[in-house]
Amino acid sequence: MTDGPPDSGLSSPDALSAFLRRRSEQIAQRWADLPLFQAVFTVTRDEAVEASHAVVASLADVAAGGRLDDLEAAGFLPVRRQLIAMSGSRSRSGLSLAQVDREFGALRDAVLDMLPLDQAGQDERGGDDLRLPLATLFGTLRVVVVETMLQENQEVVLRQRQQLLEMTTPVIKLWDRLVAVPLIGMLDSARSQVVMENLLEAIVEHNATVAILDITGVPTVDSLVAQHLMKTVASARLMGAECVISGIRPAIAQTIVQLGLDLGHVTTRATLADALEWAMDQRGRRDRDPRPLG
Amino acid sequence: MTSVPERAEAVRLPIRGDGDLTAVRHQVRALARELGFGLVQQTKIVTAASELARNTLLHGGGGEVEVVRLEGPSGPGLRVSFTDSGPGIPDVERALQDGFSTANGLGMGLGGAKRLVQEFGIEQAPGGGARVTIASWAVSRPAGFGA
Repeated sequence: MTDGPPDSGLSSPDALSAFLRRRSEQIAQRWADLPLFQAVFTVTRDEAVEASHAVVASLADVAAGGRLDDLEAAGFLPVRRQLIAMSGSRSRSGLSLAQVDREFGALRDAVLDMLPLDQAGQDERGGDDLRLPLATLFGTLRVVVVETMLQENQEVVLRQRQQLLEMTTPVIKLWDRLVAVPLIGMLDSARSQVVMENLLEAIVEHNATVAILDITGVPTVDSLVAQHLMKTVASARLMGAECVISGIRPAIAQTIVQLGLDLGHVTTRATLADALEWAMDQRGRRDRDPRPLG
Repeated sequence: MTSVPERAEAVRLPIRGDGDLTAVRHQVRALARELGFGLVQQTKIVTAASELARNTLLHGGGGEVEVVRLEGPSGPGLRVSFTDSGPGIPDVERALQDGFSTANGLGMGLGGAKRLVQEFGIEQAPGGGARVTIASWAVSRPAGFGA
């Protein structure tokens, strides 16, 4: 059927690999002048050329591996760090994912331009049979880059979420047997779980009899937040610590009432100072009468 | 060119997870502040939006919120619509009752949200789910308006 080159030898991935290696220097020189490399490697041009060489070599390896569309190709591994650094640097300077992707796309065009030059002087293999594999290979590179960027973002988000959870829920010992939790940010289910655990542990650790939950830094108190607060208060009570919720701002107070939430059985105060006064009062009462009858 | 002013400002956000609730609250608060809502009114509509966004997530299995700037005769206002593709709300009367909950909550969400805003409506969404719409105005209107 096809009377293509019978045994003149190279399958197109191999031919592509050979072409990339043969032209590595020229490709690297061209890439070094593209915005992508220029903007990332700002110190010297040699740096950009060297980085370009690394990418060309890696692409040649992937092509040699035979599977041009393999995102997991081992050939990508050596430049993975470099790709992360490059895409990261570009997105930090304000480029969107799509814009970074386009810059990586421009790498292909620079190589495509060289194809006719190369083949004219080269061999008898039919005209442009490298164009398709070349496009496939660079398509794979782009997907690898985008995937890496998304992965990086995902990791950053996860790290920050973890940090936020830990950062915003300290329990402070204010006085002998008196602890306080300054709550900051929205109390969703995950966070309120952390708050409750930290508080209950602190109650045990400090042998606390009074705990202040300050919600000055909580922007919105809806029914779920209120439910979490009440559960926390109830658990602390079971462990022998009386809770007071402070930092109830006027707007929050009105909202709680209209929402229909009943905080009647929970001690509340407007400010942390008021709560502290109440707490000291409670302690005084306990000291005077440590074992109330009945 | 006839442009409808309230459409021009429409912001749509997805409600797919807990994290999206924060985005909804931020969006509503930012617009309410921009429109000159007082602190109490800001807090009320943000809280109502928070309740309804959570309902969209828990009962509707997620959906979408649309935040629209309104231009009323007595000043600017804010309308927030929550659309989900869940089973809808079979018994609206009952759902509005305080203490009625199918999700182990306090059962204050829907009724509470209604009390926090000046206008409130529930309808069947085109897709079969529920659409809950609330609106408030920067300048308070007489009680009972739109009830």
